[in-house]
Amino acid sequence: MMQKLVVVGNGMAGVACVEQILKHAPKFEITIFGDETHVNYNRILLSSVLAGEKAADEIVLNGLEWYQKHGIELRLGVRILDVDSERKTVTGDDGSVTPFDKLLVATGSTPLIPPMEGVKKEGVFVFRNLDDTRCLLDYAGPGKKAVVIGGGLLGLEAARGLQVQGCDVTVVHLMDALMERQLDFTGGSYLKAKMECLGVKVLLERNTAAILGNGRATGVALKNGETVEADFVVIAAGIRPNAELGRKAGLHVNRGIVVNDYMETSNPGIFAVGECVEHNGICYGLLAPLLEQGKVLAATITGNRGPVYGGTVQAAKLKIMGVDVFSAGNFSEKAPGTDAIRYEDPALGTYKKLTVCDGKLAGVILVGDTSDSHRYTEWLRAQTDLTAVRRQLLFPGPGDDAGLDVAEMADSKVVCGCNGVTKATIIQAVHEKGINTLAQLKDCTRASTGCGSCTEVCQQLLKAVAPEFQEEVKKSLCKCIPFPEDKLREILRSQRLRSVQEVLEIYGNGVGCEVCKPALSYMLDMLWCGDHDEDRSARFINDRVHANIQKDGTFSVVPRIRGGVTSAKELRRIADVAEKYNVRMVKITGSQRIDLLGVKKADLPSIWADLGMPSGQAYTKGVRMVKTCVGTDFCRFGVQDSTKAGIDLERRLENLYTPHKLKMGAVGCPRNCAEATVKDIGLVGQEGTWQVVVGGAAGKKVRKADLLITVESTEETLQAATLFFQYYRENANYLERTYDFVERVGIEKIRRDTVYAPLAVQQGLRERLRKSKRIARDAWLEGDAPRHPTQFVQIEPLEKVPA
Amino acid sequence: MSGNKQWVRITPVQNIPLREGRSVSVGGREIAIFNLGNQFLAIGGRCPHKGGPLAEGIVTGATVVCPLHAWKINLETGCAAKADVNPACVATYQTRVESGIVLIELPEPSGAEQGNSFLCGEQNWPASSDSPSNSPA
Repeated sequence: MMQKLVVVGNGMAGVACVEQILKHAPKFEITIFGDETHVNYNRILLSSVLAGEKAADEIVLNGLEWYQKHGIELRLGVRILDVDSERKTVTGDDGSVTPFDKLLVATGSTPLIPPMEGVKKEGVFVFRNLDDTRCLLDYAGPGKKAVVIGGGLLGLEAARGLQVQGCDVTVVHLMDALMERQLDFTGGSYLKAKMECLGVKVLLERNTAAILGNGRATGVALKNGETVEADFVVIAAGIRPNAELGRKAGLHVNRGIVVNDYMETSNPGIFAVGECVEHNGICYGLLAPLLEQGKVLAATITGNRGPVYGGTVQAAKLKIMGVDVFSAGNFSEKAPGTDAIRYEDPALGTYKKLTVCDGKLAGVILVGDTSDSHRYTEWLRAQTDLTAVRRQLLFPGPGDDAGLDVAEMADSKVVCGCNGVTKATIIQAVHEKGINTLAQLKDCTRASTGCGSCTEVCQQLLKAVAPEFQEEVKKSLCKCIPFPEDKLREILRSQRLRSVQEVLEIYGNGVGCEVCKPALSYMLDMLWCGDHDEDRSARFINDRVHANIQKDGTFSVVPRIRGGVTSAKELRRIADVAEKYNVRMVKITGSQRIDLLGVKKADLPSIWADLGMPSGQAYTKGVRMVKTCVGTDFCRFGVQDSTKAGIDLERRLENLYTPHKLKMGAVGCPRNCAEATVKDIGLVGQEGTWQVVVGGAAGKKVRKADLLITVESTEETLQAATLFFQYYRENANYLERTYDFVERVGIEKIRRDTVYAPLAVQQGLRERLRKSKRIARDAWLEGDAPRHPTQFVQIEPLEKVPA
Repeated sequence: MSGNKQWVRITPVQNIPLREGRSVSVGGREIAIFNLGNQFLAIGGRCPHKGGPLAEGIVTGATVVCPLHAWKINLETGCAAKADVNPACVATYQTRVESGIVLIELPEPSGAEQGNSFLCGEQNWPASSDSPSNSPA
C-alpha cells in the first residue's frame, strides 16, 4: 500500500529532496504544492534572468514532464494555509483539504522587510522569486533610478541585474562593508571599489527611514537626513525562515523548524527541509547544505534511517559584478588563538585571507581569484592539520600533485551545485560515454552549465580521469586584454560595459591595440545593438569613412546592387559619377557589383549622394552581398526563384556587421552558376525544395559548404539562413570566417543550436537579430550627417607657409 | 640641421578627435597630427614602409599603426617598432596648443629641409619624391 506524501513547497530544496526520495524503493504517492505558478526553477539564476542573460524558461530545473514521469501530482498556485497534525490534512487557499500520511514542509524563506515607512507604495519590490523578477524587469530600463536596500548577496545580485538593464543604481547598506556575512571589511572594500568603478553607487552605514512618494515610490529617506531619488526601490535586506506552517502543526520551532541529525522534526509524521529548517541552531540559506539535508531526509522518510546530517561548513562561491568571491567557515580574527594570513594586490583586485586556529583552517575569504577554493574547502571539511604546509597556505608549493585536489574529493561530493552533479556521476560519464572535453561533459551531464563556478573543478576531474583529455584551447584576444573571446563576450554581456575604452580600462591594459579595439567594437555593437558608445578611434580606417583604403591612400566605392540586379538608369548614374569624379578604374567585381577605384576621401560624401545608392559594405566585416543566378525568370533550367530569394535575403541582412566579411549566394538549380556552395551562406534551389548550406569558401581556403537543412518554402529557407547568420554573429570569434567557425563548432552542434533548437531559442536568436536590424542604418547616410566635422574633410592649415 | 624654426598655426583642437589622427599639408610637407588626450603629437605623414597614410591609423598608446600593413610607428620618436633592415623613421615635429589652436614647429623654409630627426632620414612621401630613399621596403 502506497503512502501519501504531501510536499509543501515546490522550490529547489523540496524538489531536490523528492528527487532523492525517488531514488529509494517506491513508497509514496506524491503531491507537491507550490504557491508560485511555475515549475521548479533554479532560484540562484534569478539574477541572470534580471540581467537578461537567461530567459525564464532557461532556468527551469524540472519541467512538467518530470512530474508526469514520476507520477507526481503538481498543484501550482495553491498556498497551504493550515495543517492539522491530528487529522493529518493540509488546507489550501483554494479551500482544498488534502490528507497525508507523511508531510514534508519545504516552504523556504520570505524576504525580511526592515521597519520603515511606505513599503506598501507602488514601485517597491522584493527580489525573491520569478514574479518579483518579472515585475522588476517591467520597471527597469536605461536611465531609470533604482535604489537597492541591502548590500548583502541578494542585494548585490539585484543591483548587478538592474545595472546591466541600464538603470542608475544606488545600494544602501546598513553595515560598514558590503556582504559582511561572507566578507570582512577589506574584502567588502575591494568589492565596493569594483562596483563603483562599474557605476553603481554604494552608501554604507545608512539606515533607511522611509520610502518617499505619494502613493508611488519616488525615493528613500535615510535616518541621517539624506534622501536618494528613485523611480523604484528593491528591498533585499535578508530573508527569514518561513516556519509558520511548522508552528501551526505544533512542531518545535525556534527561528526555523527544528530538526535533528536525521532531519526529523518533533512530530514523526512531519518532516522539513531547506531554508525553513533550523539544525543545531543554524538556518542555512545556501544551496549545498539544503541538498545534503535532502539526501539524509530521503533516507529517513523512506525507512532507511541511518545517514545523519552533521551540519555544513557554509561556503559560498559566486561572482558579483564580475568579481569572483569565495567565502567559507569562520573568517573572524577575534576568536582566541586565531591567526589571520593575508595577501592582497590592489592593482589586480586580489585579496585572500585565511584564518587558522589550532593548526587547522577555520575560515577563508577569496576575492578576485578563487582558483584555490577547492583546496580550502577540503581542508575545512576534513579539518586537515596544516603544520606541514604552513609555508604554502596561500600559494601551493612547486611540484604539487595536480591531481591531488580532486583525488581528495569524495565520490559523493556534489561538484555542480546548480544541477546536482556529483564527482561519481562525472567519472561514470567519462568512462561510459568516452568524454574528453568540457563541452562533451556539459552536453552529457549538464555539469557546469548553471552558474559556471565549478568549471575549474570539472576541468581538473577530466584531466585526472579522461584518458585523452583535451584542454579547450582558449586563446586570448591579444596581450592588451587577457581573456579568450567567448569569455569577453560573457563579460560584456553581463557587465553592460558600453565603450571600448571602458572595457580596456577595467579588464585590459587601458590602451588597446589594432587587434583588440576593432574586435571589442564589433562585440559591443553586436551585443548592445547600438545602445553603446560608438568610438570611431577604435575602428579601422575603412569603418571610419565607410570605404576601402587602397595602397596609395585613396579609397574604393562599391554601392549595394542587391542580388547583382541593376538597371539601365542605375548604370547610367554610376557612369556619370565615374566621369564627374575622374574615377581611375571602374571594375566589375567577383560579387556581381561595381567598384569605383581611386577616390579621394574628401569626395566620398558627394559621390555617395550622387550615386543615390546604399553602401555595399565592401570595406567592412559585415554583410557583403548575395550573388544570384537568373533563376526561374529567364533560365530554362531554373527550378527556384533564386534571384528574388537572394534579393530578399540581402534586404533582410544588409547593413549588419559580422565577425568577418560574409558573402552569400543563391542559385536556382544544382548547376550552381552563382557558386552558392562556396559562400558563407548559400541557398541551393532544387525541384520542390531548397538546401541551405553554410561555411563554404573560395578564398585563401577552398571549402564546400556543409548542408544546414533542406526545407520546402522560400520563407523557411530565409528563416534557416538568418538563424545561422545570427548564431555566427553571436558565437564566432572576431575575424573568424564561417568556414573556420563551422569546423571549430561542428555542423551537428550548429544544427542543434539553430534549425533544430527549441522554439524559444530560435525566437531568441530572431529577436536579437530583429533588434540589431531595427537600428542598423546605411553607413553612407553619414555622408550627410558626419559623426565628426572632419570625418571626411581634409584639414587646411590656418597659416600658409612656403614649401 | 639649421636652427631656424617657426611655429605654424594649424587647426582648432576640436578638429582632431581623441585618439585619432588627421593629416595636413603645410610647407610642402604632409604631416600627421594625433590627439592623445593630454597632448598632440605630429610626425611625417607617410609610413617609411610603403608610404601608407599614417593619419588614418589606429592609435595605441603613443604609437600609430599604419593602415596598410600594420607597421607600428612611435609618435614620440617617429621610428618604426620593428625596423628589421634599416632604421626606418619619419620626422617628428614639436607641437603646442595656444588658445585652442594646435601649432606645429617647422624648420624655416630656407633652412634644412629635414625635420628634427637626427638618426633617421625623413621622407616627405610622395610630395618630395626626389628625396633620397632609404626605405627598408
